[in-house]
Amino acid sequence: MSLLAEKTQRPGLAPHTDSVATFVPDQSRAERTRSYAVADFPMPTGREEDWRFTPVDRIRPLLKDEATGLCLDWDESLPAGVRLGTMSVADWQAAGAPAPADRAAAIAAAHSGGVGVIDIPNDAELTEPVRIRLSGGDGQLVHGHLMIRAGRFSKATVVLTHDGLADYSEVLTITASDGAHLTVVSLQEWDDRSIHLGQHDVVVGRDAQVKHIAVTLGGAIVRLNTNATYAGPGGSFEAYGVYFADAGQHLEHRLFVDHAVPHCTSNVEYKGALQGDSARTVWVGDVLIRAAAEGTDTYELNRNLLLTDGARADSIPNLEIETGEIAGAGHASATGRFDDQQLFYLMARGIPEAEARRLVVRGFFAAVVSRIGVPEVIGHLMSAIDAELEASVAVAS
Amino acid sequence: MSTLEIRDLHVAITADDVQKEILRGVTLTINSGETHAIMGPNGSGKSTLAYSIAGHPKYTVTSGTINLDGEDVLAMSVDERARAGLFLAMQYPVEVPGVTVSNFLRTAKTAIDGEAPKLRTWVKDVKEAMGNLRMDPVFAERGVNEGFSGGEKKRHEILQLELLKPRFAVLDETDSGLDVDALRIVSEGVNRAQEASDMGVLLITHYTRILRYIKPDFVHVFVDGVIAEEGGPELADRLEDEGYDRFLTAAV
Repeated sequence: MSLLAEKTQRPGLAPHTDSVATFVPDQSRAERTRSYAVADFPMPTGREEDWRFTPVDRIRPLLKDEATGLCLDWDESLPAGVRLGTMSVADWQAAGAPAPADRAAAIAAAHSGGVGVIDIPNDAELTEPVRIRLSGGDGQLVHGHLMIRAGRFSKATVVLTHDGLADYSEVLTITASDGAHLTVVSLQEWDDRSIHLGQHDVVVGRDAQVKHIAVTLGGAIVRLNTNATYAGPGGSFEAYGVYFADAGQHLEHRLFVDHAVPHCTSNVEYKGALQGDSARTVWVGDVLIRAAAEGTDTYELNRNLLLTDGARADSIPNLEIETGEIAGAGHASATGRFDDQQLFYLMARGIPEAEARRLVVRGFFAAVVSRIGVPEVIGHLMSAIDAELEASVAVAS
Repeated sequence: MSTLEIRDLHVAITADDVQKEILRGVTLTINSGETHAIMGPNGSGKSTLAYSIAGHPKYTVTSGTINLDGEDVLAMSVDERARAGLFLAMQYPVEVPGVTVSNFLRTAKTAIDGEAPKLRTWVKDVKEAMGNLRMDPVFAERGVNEGFSGGEKKRHEILQLELLKPRFAVLDETDSGLDVDALRIVSEGVNRAQEASDMGVLLITHYTRILRYIKPDFVHVFVDGVIAEEGGPELADRLEDEGYDRFLTAAV
């Protein structure tokens, strides 16, 4: 039990010995299991650190270790030069893709039947985004497996849209080779009965810049785990997220930025709005700066805006630092109610209530939305937020 | 000509389930072009009057009326009051992060006028009004009151006053926290707005300082939720010399 031995070395931290102990809390984020083998991930009970907010009972079908052979409908638009191919799961593993980090991802990887691979050639500078739309139909249970490879010094944007009705569990591997500039947008616009579990792994190459954007508006349960690692110094990882939870929705975003390489940067900014009874969001932002990662500069921020009573937002930033030789490390988290004083101020200038609410919520999201940098996504997102708000005003009145 | 008529206004706030009466029968008539100064010690109900006119939900009007040219203001929502021509320059303007000043001003102007302002003249008007108030043009692209200093917030209130052109403006301690230069700039803005549109002004202040720049036609002294004394500008001079002590001792 080297793990326990290591823990007992820390003063004042004896291992848990309660009779009902179900698990030993991690002493470091680095200790979590990562494996291609489903057997390495026992069925979660909902008490584990990484499952404790998730309605585990409602996602059981996606934790079952068997293939369904079903797919989502694909609709793709590939700019010239971009290739869409396939790869066996064995080859994907052999390529050194980051391993699954929970049972759902391990099952998705094991039963996907193959990896869909989007290749952006070296030096390609795409003027149009790669667009892939994945649609559910009759609520089929699907294991998905995708890989996006951005070649050296390429510049590209990939927009993945998820919609329709499905129970979907996926693994997405994103690799950016040296000097690549890659933006990946994952839009969750599911039917409000859909379930989506995802693990997105980003490997940032030397001097590469990767922006990962998650926009989650639809789905009964969406749980996205986004992990970033660096393959060489000088890499930059930015993760921006926008979510809007209505009554009955559980939207969970977990990020883990693992700085093990010197002179890399990361910036995480997620903002969410919640409205309606039982609207629920979870944001967990883990950053680990390992001893070797000197010169790291990292910041993570989460803000939640509760528009109505009865909604609940959990927000947990974790920062673990193993070297003092860093450029900067910080985090911020705040969850607040809709501010009636703001509403009064705007209305006192003649602006009707519905429009005033819209202004405040748009303003709340403005900073993070402006950082997305993909005009078609921004326009689409702002109108989607307006539509969510209009629905809420209709409910309230 | 317009008239804002306040009759026997009683206003209460509810704190910890206990209703407390703040205004205990205020009667006041303001006509277009007139400037009325409301003065009084802290806690006398000056700000309560301002917020009650604007319709802040924290204040409950328990009896009395407010009419604007015969129309029942108390029956109007907050935004309807503003569109009817009432404006409240707030003592503590709130921040609305992410909403730019220019977007806010255009949205408010559109709401008040019932149509979007002509782009060309509007941009010019905003620029000119900001210049008059010595506001740096970069403020237009900042979030509403976001990170503004106290003085910048007050200038921004008067900027709105000049652009929205209300029939009646209530200035709630606009002078508080301003240095002499800012006080003069802000006062000039109020005077300009009044000359331009013959607006009626209800100037709420604790100090007589601002009355050097904005000349009141009438002065009303608030004590303990009622008007204790009324008069012309000479009353302000007397307050300058004597303070509020004689009212406070009288109230005890």
